[in-house]
Amino acid sequence: MNKIHVNTEVNGDDVEFLCDTRETLLDALRDRLNLTGAKEGCGTGDCGACSITLDDRLVCSCLVLGVEAEGKSIGTVEGIANGEDLHPLQQKFIEYAALQCGICTPGILVATEALLKKNPDPTETEVRYWLAGNLCRCTGYDKIIRAVMDTARDLREAS
Amino acid sequence: MALDNQKNREFKVVGTRPDRPDGLDKVTGRAKFGADAYATGMLHAAILRSPHAHAKILSINTQKAEALKGVKAVVTRKDFSTSVTGENWNVLENVMAGDTALYDGHAIAAIAATSSLIARDAIKLIEITYDIIPHVTDVDKAMENGAPIIRANAGDGSVPKGMHPNVVRYHESGHGDLEAGFSSADLVIEDTFKTEATHQGYIEPHACLAQLGGDGKGELWCCTQGHFQVQKVCAALLDIETSALRVTASEIGGGFGGKTAIFIEPVALALSRKTNRPVKLVMSRSEVFRATGPTSSTSMDIKIGMKKDGTITAGSGIFRLQGGAFPGAPMEFTAMCAFAPYNLQNVQQIGYDVLNNRPKQAAYRAPGSPMAAFAVESVIDELCNQLKLDPIEVRLKNASKEGTKASFGPKWDKIGLVECLESAKNHPHYSSPLLEGQGRGISSGFWFNHGGETAVSLALSEDGTAALSVGTPDIGGSRASMCQFAAEELGIPYEKIRTTIADTATLGYNEVSHGSRVTYATGLATIKAARDAVKKLCARAANKWEIDEDAVIWEDGCAKPSGPNAGSFEPMPLAEITKKMGKTGGPIVGHFEATPEGAGVSFATHIVDAEVDQETGKTKIIKYTVIQDAGKAIHPSYVEGQYQGGAAQGIGWALNEEYIYGDDGRLQNSGFLDYRIPVASDLPMIDTVIVEVPNPGHPYGVRGVGETSICPPLAAIANAVSNAAGVRLKELPMSPVRILEALENKA
Repeated sequence: MNKIHVNTEVNGDDVEFLCDTRETLLDALRDRLNLTGAKEGCGTGDCGACSITLDDRLVCSCLVLGVEAEGKSIGTVEGIANGEDLHPLQQKFIEYAALQCGICTPGILVATEALLKKNPDPTETEVRYWLAGNLCRCTGYDKIIRAVMDTARDLREAS
Repeated sequence: MALDNQKNREFKVVGTRPDRPDGLDKVTGRAKFGADAYATGMLHAAILRSPHAHAKILSINTQKAEALKGVKAVVTRKDFSTSVTGENWNVLENVMAGDTALYDGHAIAAIAATSSLIARDAIKLIEITYDIIPHVTDVDKAMENGAPIIRANAGDGSVPKGMHPNVVRYHESGHGDLEAGFSSADLVIEDTFKTEATHQGYIEPHACLAQLGGDGKGELWCCTQGHFQVQKVCAALLDIETSALRVTASEIGGGFGGKTAIFIEPVALALSRKTNRPVKLVMSRSEVFRATGPTSSTSMDIKIGMKKDGTITAGSGIFRLQGGAFPGAPMEFTAMCAFAPYNLQNVQQIGYDVLNNRPKQAAYRAPGSPMAAFAVESVIDELCNQLKLDPIEVRLKNASKEGTKASFGPKWDKIGLVECLESAKNHPHYSSPLLEGQGRGISSGFWFNHGGETAVSLALSEDGTAALSVGTPDIGGSRASMCQFAAEELGIPYEKIRTTIADTATLGYNEVSHGSRVTYATGLATIKAARDAVKKLCARAANKWEIDEDAVIWEDGCAKPSGPNAGSFEPMPLAEITKKMGKTGGPIVGHFEATPEGAGVSFATHIVDAEVDQETGKTKIIKYTVIQDAGKAIHPSYVEGQYQGGAAQGIGWALNEEYIYGDDGRLQNSGFLDYRIPVASDLPMIDTVIVEVPNPGHPYGVRGVGETSICPPLAAIANAVSNAAGVRLKELPMSPVRILEALENKA
């Protein structure tokens, strides 16, 4: 066995782990760091359930190797809420019933948070195309899109 | 338990839209799904699967695999029970192949190792000698003379003589005189339709964590729609006692019927027994496609006669379904649902269950019904077009209603089809203008819904809160509606109730979360358990007041004297009674254990506008409206969610999704890139209308809502696409290739 020592930052905290060179960052987060919020739905970058940010860029963590996290800054769903205060997106998803089973929700929240940072005033079409890499099999996306649009409006009005 | 005889009952909690109790867990990543469990000393497992569609397994050599450092155990079929029979034998045969691999992806052996990388490396070292034999993956070809026999003598005796041995079950139902019916029609249309198999497509692959010792006692954590069923079947497959295995259901990342079946749990348990260590087994997406689900593919012949005024004079259908290499394709449901929306004097439906070298089909949301609607509603649409009749008027004219005889036999109880059709007719969508290149489609759909064995308990705490334990996994927000039922009955706030999905050691047997049964049956059970608790609360108050128990009523969360004759006492709130319950008789717990049998059937009508690009054959759904009878919507947001989700899955099935097999019998598209489910940019907003025609078999009138929503879309979209393209599409999915082919054939 030939494991590599990796130093990285997750949700603002310095962390280190040992991982096999073949291990994905998703597996490292889940199996080494106990951060199971990111999910594996496909392992091939098609479903987005493993979405995280890597140096503020939205990526599928199943397509990144654990060793590639060296010296980077990682954001996961576990870092979206501020202590006991939920992020407005999280609150709106609950309020709008924008989740049914909830397996895609972590990835969709990470992806939409990244969208709103980039584009605080997206059109419905822009939201739909931004989320085209995040599969949801339960909702038909209707309530998700509404929750995102309304959160964006609330955040704009608050700022 | 019948509909409460309370006209215009004012609900306080039911019908509102509170935040779901597990919302916080699910938006913060805290909720634990199947693959999110870990145990100390845990091993990881992987399964070796057949690359062949049909092959005799001549030998399995595991020596090299076992020699790999880190490998702890290998299991094959010989590690499972040799005494199971009936459907359990079919499940075992599917979980781990016997002497023949029956489809591409069929499990042959499994390995547990110290890491998942080692386990996956090790299965490649297992040496199998196969004798490849002829295969068949098409339902019509499997019925032809000379087709490879997948399993001799698998038929159940219902099959007419002279049919191919791959036909294993037969269904026939109907009434009247078909010949007379067709001869009195002004127009008879007869056509053949085909649908490809689709997968339930839940985003969470199957996952479990198992522990089983040599003493036959075990613990199992898994994502499933029914952990009591998992317990029962695993115990049988491993020759252990049912009660010795405690199963806990994880949060479930989608099921849609596909997680009512059992695939990996017995394998993980067998590996755990062999190693005496916990074993985690998680499927890859490719394994999910190749070896779980999918639904049946179909081939259907429909003949319908209509008078010029729109009266349907007769209808008949032949439905051929393949369900993989095992009996069980839901052809009787296809047959029974086909003409359910129509009040026909002359009707006949015939079904065939056919074996194929494909994975064992699993239930998928109203199993069998969507395909039937596609075939029948396409012919109805064509009749309407040729006779220049309005498709909703024709459906209203022939609609099933209370007291008419269903196409499959019984008389309808109170049903809401006419209400759905009237709502569709009056919906602004139906009268909105269409642009050039767009077409509109209408379809109705039907599903039975189900009750089933149910046990719940409702324990009151001394502080006046309540812990509700149910045994049906929450697949779409059912905890919220259960809290609503309990709050409504107890008269305490929604937030004071916590609903837990209890393990198999805590409650009596609960049937799986299927048949749209949870809000109906577990809801009814919760109401009954709450009333049981209320009765006990009233008894405590009566005792305190020294009056008769029957002289106490329960109102707004308080015990009260039933009237002036009962005495004059201040209302006693629930928390006041529970605070002293330890000294007034002990814990107060409400129970329900029974099999509710009053499930209410449900109908839906969908309206779809589609636009077809005549050059590329690509279809875009422009506008979609779902109208469905819920009986009574407990949490309307989650009812709407079921309507929208069913429509979206139907859109995928109609336009994109299909199992594609090569000539070699291998599945060609076992990933989400090539098996394309709808993404956000494919869909419009999906409008919903909740019709409420109460089910007489439920105290609040609830019908199930989860499944009916996928019954009309295939047909409604096919009608919209056909009307837009100007040519009838008879095969699903209506991929660009098939649409272009149809357009060329028209020209």
